Amino acid sequence: MDDKVIRVLLAKIGLDSHDRGVRLLARNLKDSGVEVIYLGLYRTIEEVAQTAIQEDADFCGLSMHTGAHREAFPHLRDMLDSLGGEDIVIIGGGAIPEEDRRALVASGVAAAMFGPGANYNAIVEWIKTNAPARNS
Amino acid sequence: MKELGKRVLAGDIRAASRLIRNLEDQITDTYIAIQEIFKETGKSHVIGITGAPGAGKSTLTDELIQAYRSQGKTVGVLAVDPTSPFTGGALLGDRIRMLRHAEDPGVFVRSLATRGAMGGISKAVGEGIHVMDVLGKDRIIVETVGVGQQEVEIINHAHTVIVVLVPGMGDEIQALKAGLMEIADIFVINKADREGAGKLYKETMNMVQMSRDRAGVSKGWQIPVLLVESVMEPHKFAESVEKLRDKIEEHYQFLVDNDLISERMRRKTAAEIQEALWGAIMCPILNEMEASGEMKRMIDRCLLKDTDPYTLADEIALRYMKEGLAKDICADS
Repeated sequence: MDDKVIRVLLAKIGLDSHDRGVRLLARNLKDSGVEVIYLGLYRTIEEVAQTAIQEDADFCGLSMHTGAHREAFPHLRDMLDSLGGEDIVIIGGGAIPEEDRRALVASGVAAAMFGPGANYNAIVEWIKTNAPARNS
Repeated sequence: MKELGKRVLAGDIRAASRLIRNLEDQITDTYIAIQEIFKETGKSHVIGITGAPGAGKSTLTDELIQAYRSQGKTVGVLAVDPTSPFTGGALLGDRIRMLRHAEDPGVFVRSLATRGAMGGISKAVGEGIHVMDVLGKDRIIVETVGVGQQEVEIINHAHTVIVVLVPGMGDEIQALKAGLMEIADIFVINKADREGAGKLYKETMNMVQMSRDRAGVSKGWQIPVLLVESVMEPHKFAESVEKLRDKIEEHYQFLVDNDLISERMRRKTAAEIQEALWGAIMCPILNEMEASGEMKRMIDRCLLKDTDPYTLADEIALRYMKEGLAKDICADS
């Protein structure tokens, strides 16, 4: 009676209170059968990474509107890797220039970056399609 | 799968969380890992925190973690939030109140969704407790979903049950009702600065004094009613939660001194055996009937009043007791 449910961690880090988008995404994911662990505002990268491990999240998503994304996402990748979460997929969204979004995906830091105006259904679909397989 | 149990025994947090997840997802063979760790379980003191939505369970849990950490004790938390009955999704938000412990290796918080279970916790909570237990957590706090009157499943899992009340939830008749109000080993009146807290305190005290000879499992224990101050007054709040911590410890000692622990353990184990039997007998039968289309045919026949569920259940029971399960399903489960 396998009933594999996708788990997604969503958070905002630092002094950034633009949480409308991430909350709407959380709700959309919940309404699509996903378990969302929502961490809310003002988190640190370390908190997010530790939580992703403790919660066995498939995806770790940051919503960023501060301009610190070029540092934050690689830092999160390093933290997750050092904690044994190499297979946890990073996704991102918010106010991030297209050039930077592309660079973060190209360097392998993030698997997908969603820009301003991204369609929620499309994000949910992407997450469902790209959920990592579980072997153990 | 074998490896997962070993990794948990070695203290691997990710493996522990994955094991709980495989149990939640009811993945075949996950129980092998529980078989591996079962011998090492039974060391932790399990504390249940239950109460209505918004009563302050998560905030109280957060402060209680702090109170235990200040004594050097390690803490595991299983925080349960509801699953959507329509989509199967969930928004797990209890952790938001507990993030100051996110980087403390002495604290392991795992959020669980109810996944359709009706008792205020999820089916995986029992095993989740085992997992936290073998990780060596001194205290395990299980925070139930926001409950109403009837969700009392937590008593099968916790040594000490705390029922959190807040002012303004109803009159004194509520306090006389069966269910939630009967299961407390300790009552907490939360948000004690609010109007009506004094009245609620008196009513709860009255109720507690009337039911001294409780039919339940803490015979002779005088159920305390504690006022917990507003979180807006951090020092007072912390102080009252330290008092709560001391009461929890006192209750556990009472259970030990009066040889009541074994009674609780027996009940917990009985519930667990029933659960395991359900998994071993009912799940494969239901899977088989679902896969073969028999379930659908039976529903159709019942709707046509061609037969009834009880006659069908008798038939199925007889058949499986005689023939057993189909081989491939047996090997699978």
